[in-house]
Amino acid sequence: MDAPLLSVKDVSIAYKVGALDIVAVSNARFDVPQGSIVGLVGESGCGKTTMARALTRVIADNARIKAGQMQFAGQDIVSLSEKDMNSLRWRDIAFIPQSAMNSLDPVYRVEYQIVEVLRDRGGLSKSAARKRAVELFEMVGIDPGRLRDFPHQFSGGMRQRAAIALALALEPKLVVADEPVTALDVIIQRQILDQLRSLQRELGLSVIMVTHDISVVAYICDRTVVMYAGKVVEDCDTATLLNEPLHPYTMGLKNAFPDLHSAGTGILTPIAGSPPDLANPPPGCRFAARCPFATDQCRVEEPMLTEDAPGHFVACHRAVEAAALREEAKQPGTWGTAA
Amino acid sequence: MPETVADTHESGVARIFAAIRLPVGDPFALAGLVIYAVFIVTAICAPYIAPYDPSEILYTADYDLASDLPPGAKGHLLGTTSLGRDIFSQIVWGARSALLVGFTAAFMVAFIGSIVGLLAGYFGGWVDAVLMRLADVAFGIPFLPFVIVISAFSEPSIWNTVIAMGLVLWRDTGRVIRSQVLSLRSRGYVEAARVVGSSDLKIILRHITPNILPLSFLYGSIAIGWAILTEASISFLGFGDPDAISWGFMLQDAFASQALARQAYYWFIPPGLAIILVVSAGFFISRGYENLLFPKLGR
Amino acid sequence: MSDPIIELKDTKLHYKIGNAVSAMMGLSTTVKAVDGVSFSLRKGESVGLLGESGCGKTSMGRILVRLEEITGGSARFEGDEIGDLKGSDLQRFRSRSQMIFQNPFDAVNPRYSIRKTLEEPLANAKISRSTWHQRIIDALDLVGLGDPEQFLERYPHQLSGGQLQRVVMARALILEPDFVVADEPVSMLDVSVRAGVLNVFRDVRDRLGLTAIYISHDLALVRYVCERTIVMYLGKIMEDGPTEDIVHDPLHPYSQALVAAVPTPHVDQSHDPLPIGGGAPDPRNPPSGCVFRDRCPRAQLRCADEVPQPRRIGTRLVACHFASV
Repeated sequence: MDAPLLSVKDVSIAYKVGALDIVAVSNARFDVPQGSIVGLVGESGCGKTTMARALTRVIADNARIKAGQMQFAGQDIVSLSEKDMNSLRWRDIAFIPQSAMNSLDPVYRVEYQIVEVLRDRGGLSKSAARKRAVELFEMVGIDPGRLRDFPHQFSGGMRQRAAIALALALEPKLVVADEPVTALDVIIQRQILDQLRSLQRELGLSVIMVTHDISVVAYICDRTVVMYAGKVVEDCDTATLLNEPLHPYTMGLKNAFPDLHSAGTGILTPIAGSPPDLANPPPGCRFAARCPFATDQCRVEEPMLTEDAPGHFVACHRAVEAAALREEAKQPGTWGTAA
Repeated sequence: MPETVADTHESGVARIFAAIRLPVGDPFALAGLVIYAVFIVTAICAPYIAPYDPSEILYTADYDLASDLPPGAKGHLLGTTSLGRDIFSQIVWGARSALLVGFTAAFMVAFIGSIVGLLAGYFGGWVDAVLMRLADVAFGIPFLPFVIVISAFSEPSIWNTVIAMGLVLWRDTGRVIRSQVLSLRSRGYVEAARVVGSSDLKIILRHITPNILPLSFLYGSIAIGWAILTEASISFLGFGDPDAISWGFMLQDAFASQALARQAYYWFIPPGLAIILVVSAGFFISRGYENLLFPKLGR
Repeated sequence: MSDPIIELKDTKLHYKIGNAVSAMMGLSTTVKAVDGVSFSLRKGESVGLLGESGCGKTSMGRILVRLEEITGGSARFEGDEIGDLKGSDLQRFRSRSQMIFQNPFDAVNPRYSIRKTLEEPLANAKISRSTWHQRIIDALDLVGLGDPEQFLERYPHQLSGGQLQRVVMARALILEPDFVVADEPVSMLDVSVRAGVLNVFRDVRDRLGLTAIYISHDLALVRYVCERTIVMYLGKIMEDGPTEDIVHDPLHPYSQALVAAVPTPHVDQSHDPLPIGGGAPDPRNPPSGCVFRDRCPRAQLRCADEVPQPRRIGTRLVACHFASV
């Protein structure tokens, strides 16, 4: 197998809040293979967005990458100088935010903004940049006639497409998309996902897709990294993740998701309880308090992320019994009934 | 964390303080609060602090008029005026009128403005249209000439300033509070209160007013300074109440007696300084409120 | 069949927006949030209002709890025109028709304890004060907040989203209403707790025999809680019928696109391109005739001239000239 495009190794990121050090991401480890879409899933506060933003090194003022490496095409993003990082950003690693309104300046025409990026960062001449802007709009499926519009004249879906165009302007190798379709309606969501997928194939991009929706992951991602309370708990190809998950949290998430195309409506099962306080994480496995399969060992000893099968990483003491646990996890009674 | 929450919601008094939220965190605002405290104490205790009646014409031990004495002479801390009145006593009593004018005007501005803003913002429609057109009219009135006209038509009194401010300056408070109420009105919990059958009055009093109180106080604290300045200007222009000792009256008195030409700085600097201190204290406090209300402006 | 509890006939909610300038530029100054909607609900029925943002589903729900007053047609609750209710009739309506809001963090006053939040409806309905405590405990119990006593003196920021949404549900249910509108009640919640809130909703509805409207853009969620679904687009009803029928065999081209667009948690799902393109048009200038025609793969000349009226096809009402089984 080729070397991965991006290799995240034991990355920890902490926020300083008052006197507290809140470790939002701890010892994260995953790879992004060349030319693939990798999903980063988990609930709010699990660290997925922090992790994704850290890849562009655009993180909050009070956040700090405390440890680890992020090897990208032979360089470590963590230790790059701000100047080198700056030349990497956009040209090699581009970012698509959740709300495209954040990446478009309301007072300038969309064309001007794209042309500026192309001239500034890409070194194109004005006329070449204009031509490229038209190409980009055609590529993401917006009528290039709308280039002269202001961002507020665009619908939500068009803005998100424009944000994708802006991210792809300099032909990056890696695109980090932070919940790019969460705020959109189903039909537009599907259109954007299809667009992203075909562009990824066409241009040979790698994409990191942050989302809380495992249906979106199932639809578009080749590999999926599941995060819980700042930790990577499972990481494998999406088909295996959905069909033969090893981590109880992944099993629980699947149970909690409605499936439109199943025969009956069945019964959805919530995961009782809520994630631990990251300012004061419990010893042992962070999911233990909500896990129906937790043992005494789980509550004291933290499970390491290990490669259970080739390409399938999991952090669970009971991973070897996964097949049996999966059967048990399908019974609604297994998961209790608390809030 | 639960403890602090319990604290802020415990007693009625604590709740009022939590709602007013004195801006003690900001050093300027704190300085303003200290200046206010000194002036309030001075105003309240004026009869005990002032050594003389401020309008009494004083004589020296040898029956001369105690006029134009420099500071410190013959027991007059800040000296005396040309008519032999004690300047320190006038400053002390002036604090009383300044704070009386300031606080009543501030109360009127905040109170009328809040009521107008609440009604216009909450009910909308024709109530809003009428009140906001009235505000437009109030915006068109030049303030100082308006006070002068009022003073000319009624007996000279410090209350003219208060009435004029109440009639005109509610407009700013009203507008700002209206826009705040407009956004509060569409908050989920306000709509939820309507759905569970709470009356308009109950919604205004219990769900909306607590959120606009700090804004009322912001505009109130700005109005204090405005009122004191206005009263000083009116008195200085000679439309003031000749029987009420105020800092503006003192400046006018000094000016008319040509203290400036005689370089009697001790006469006009104290009232001038007093006005500057109290007015800027008011603005410091309002700045503190602004930082509390709109934390991003401070950065 | 029993009398309907909710009955809408040609209901309209039009907003005036913009000014003289936008009128001169040819932009209509009226937004038709709800434009001629008719349907009725039997007692105990649960209906999903499904559609994209701006389709009028939320306005519809707000009309039914009188947060919005209609500008045309009629909207009746047990035969009474909702907008005409006054005094004690309105007060009675307020205790019988309730709403569960989308954002639990916004729907409760942050200065109110949970107890105070739940006391508000009781006080309004003039319920005897001596019974308050028990009713609050019962309501919290009903929505699955175990050990309710511990929540009474807490404040909203001390609760998780899932717990808070249960409090919002408890407030809606404490007066034992007959009719509840739930406006995307789980869209702000984390995936792992959504199922819990949905289950409570289903359970309580069945236990109290509630008539319910569940507003959502997610057909999978609507399917989970409602036996009947109404699909809306630009203020109009496109299709109305049993949820399972719509899921498995949508008749209106718009419903077909909606069903096809929903991703599922399986890798082997269809990746075929959607039958429709573009986004919803500007609601100020909807197309003539059928509002969906400019995105519709089956649109013909007739669709531009003639507004399709809802037609009965089997179990369903479909507003399309060409739909057939």
